[in-house]
Amino acid sequence: MGTSTRRSRRLMALAAVAALATGLLAGCSKDSDDGSSNDSGGNAKGKTTLTIGTFGVFGYKQAGLYDEYMKLHPDISIKENVTTRTDVYWPKVLTRLQAGSGTDDVQAIEVGNITEAVQTQGSKFVDLGKDVDKSQWLGWKNSQATTKDGKLIGLGTDVGPMAICYRKDLFKKAGLDTDRTKLAAQWKGDWSKYVDVGKEYMKKAPKGTKFVDSASSVYNAALGGASERYYDKGGNVIWDKSNGVKSAWDDAMAVATSDMSAKLKQFDKPWDQGFANGTFATVACPAWMIGYIEQKSGDSGKGNWDVAAAPTAANWGGSFLGVPTAGKHQKEAIALTKWLTAPEQQAKVFAKQASFPSTPSAYAGLKPAADTTAYFSNAPITQIFADSAKTIPVQYFGIKDQPINTAITDVGILQVEQKGKSPTQGWDAAKNEVKDVLGQ
Amino acid sequence: MTSSKQALAHPASSAEAAPGTPPGAARGAHGRGTPPGPDSWRSRLYRWDMKASPYAFIAPFFIIFGAFSLVPLLYTAWYSLHDVQLSSLDQQTWAGLDNYQNLLTSDFFWNALKNTFTIGVISTVPQLMAAIGLAHLLNYRLRGSTVWRVVMLTPYATSVAAATLVFTLLYSWDGGMVNWFLHFVGIGPVNWRESDWGSQFAVSSIVIWRWTGYNALIYLAAMQAIPVDLYESASIDGANRWQQFLHVTVPQLRPTILFTVVVSSIGATQLFGEPLLFGGVSGSKGGSEHQYQTLGLYMYDQGWIIGNLGKASAIAWSMFLILLIVAVINLLFTRRLRKSL
Repeated sequence: MGTSTRRSRRLMALAAVAALATGLLAGCSKDSDDGSSNDSGGNAKGKTTLTIGTFGVFGYKQAGLYDEYMKLHPDISIKENVTTRTDVYWPKVLTRLQAGSGTDDVQAIEVGNITEAVQTQGSKFVDLGKDVDKSQWLGWKNSQATTKDGKLIGLGTDVGPMAICYRKDLFKKAGLDTDRTKLAAQWKGDWSKYVDVGKEYMKKAPKGTKFVDSASSVYNAALGGASERYYDKGGNVIWDKSNGVKSAWDDAMAVATSDMSAKLKQFDKPWDQGFANGTFATVACPAWMIGYIEQKSGDSGKGNWDVAAAPTAANWGGSFLGVPTAGKHQKEAIALTKWLTAPEQQAKVFAKQASFPSTPSAYAGLKPAADTTAYFSNAPITQIFADSAKTIPVQYFGIKDQPINTAITDVGILQVEQKGKSPTQGWDAAKNEVKDVLGQ
Repeated sequence: MTSSKQALAHPASSAEAAPGTPPGAARGAHGRGTPPGPDSWRSRLYRWDMKASPYAFIAPFFIIFGAFSLVPLLYTAWYSLHDVQLSSLDQQTWAGLDNYQNLLTSDFFWNALKNTFTIGVISTVPQLMAAIGLAHLLNYRLRGSTVWRVVMLTPYATSVAAATLVFTLLYSWDGGMVNWFLHFVGIGPVNWRESDWGSQFAVSSIVIWRWTGYNALIYLAAMQAIPVDLYESASIDGANRWQQFLHVTVPQLRPTILFTVVVSSIGATQLFGEPLLFGGVSGSKGGSEHQYQTLGLYMYDQGWIIGNLGKASAIAWSMFLILLIVAVINLLFTRRLRKSL
């Protein structure tokens, strides 16, 4: 009796294990079934599920593009895997690419990572160049995603042409011009002139407000217009000799050592609160930030925000969509990528949340959402961003572009801005940090 | 006499040593020792079952431990001796002890080690002291004691992310509640994230908030096992409650205190989530001067942000060695305390 119950228990355990195992196996075999059905062009009995991996907010879901695509292609269903933070998203993608499994069918790549992808992961992505008309995209956008042997591993989504978003009401109280063209003319050509306007602002600044959110935002904006960044064309690190870095650093230091900065760290909660409470009067705003400002400032900012052209044409951010070779549904994934990045769809995303297209042919018909236009005092944002986008210089990125940038903004500049260190001390700290990044 | 002994000994030995003897020959005669069974195959299976089954039952843990702890541990050791970049995992060049040497000369590493230690001390010590105090209070007869105990455990049940987010807002230097309160009592605002001690204090406070109740409940459980007559005789001797706490409760709790010290110091060495999230964007730097970058953060920054997996692995192994040292110190400490008991 005793043995028989034990045996029956063991049998049950065995059965449970077996059931689990078959379940797992079934899971696997189902996947491969999908793979084979996809060769026959996706038949009626099984829908092909495409996964797309993104970070932050890409706006495809918000603009209803997935639904639209699924309606056009009834045999396809799309699943978006969103990771909020890029610094979490990218390492995950890198390891999966190299493991050759676990990648999504379509993977988004941030501009700061595109060089690393091009130089080290080129063979892990499908060459999209054959399938599209490359001339649709801005030339500099394409060149960023092209490998040495001419393979295009990512199609451009949005770009981040720069403008200055400013609070008209605060400018008025500080006794400054509030007209966007006059302001643009005042700081045209040089970010140091923008800093000069800041000095004017601080003379009569409304109580509790500062001119700009942070010194780092000025740095990023100024560097975004420089043709020389951290790497030269040949991929050599030139960060401590680069003219672009030097002049952007100087502009940032002028802000950090004055009292015109609200000393906030971008994308932190307090920064969001700063928008809501109107504690800073300007922010260098790439197109993708427009939607962010509208959302975070809320009703208090409505009609008070305005947009003026930035001192120089600059780019900050923007992404690509690539198709990993490890994906099971490459043909469908390529089609989806092509469709999502086509000018018409980019225009739709712009209409929803002002992410600016990387395809110039879309510019003529761009229409921002009506409430966005009203929110930003009817500023011609399409015009302003388009002008900037077309004149952005070609920039060369490097493998460690992002960590170097973080070292400079979040160590060097922050030490000067928040801890009262001298610019020389801040630069030395950044230098140590970059050395650590580069393993020197 | 001798023959009966032999007769008694015989069947047992034959049953053990004779797989070839026909079944039933030994068993049929005596009917003891092995369960009824028609063949020796079954009896062997039974014995095998007795010996092997326990191992089979504990195997799942060890298999999972092996797959998810031991193999990665050894693999990390292998990585730590190589130059490996996150973006090219397949290219590993032998580096010997370079990564470790690199750490020993790196200011960032020593800084992280120092921070881990100071944050560990200023979070663990007050936390355990407060926990004992709270447990003592909860040990009194109270109305609705279960409610108090559950409330005590609530911070532990909240996620690190949620707790840290709230604390980050409380500590924000412009418009945070803590600074507002300080202003109220006439103290200027503190930049909690960027000042050296301020940031460490802020991170510690999150740890303290989350773990105090948890430790208090462990203490409470131990306190309730202390015999009541000890307190009764103490009170007959004229000891007040504080004296009772000091001379009865604390000595009786000694093994429990040691346990919580060990667990907390291991937790402190691995501190990661709170400082990472407290730092917000680029939190892995632990502040612009790395003022609250712990070893865990430094490892994360090297491995996943900078992409230098070889060095990150070396940090991981250094942490492992440090934990071993901490464990040994704890052991020695425990032994001495046991002796003094």
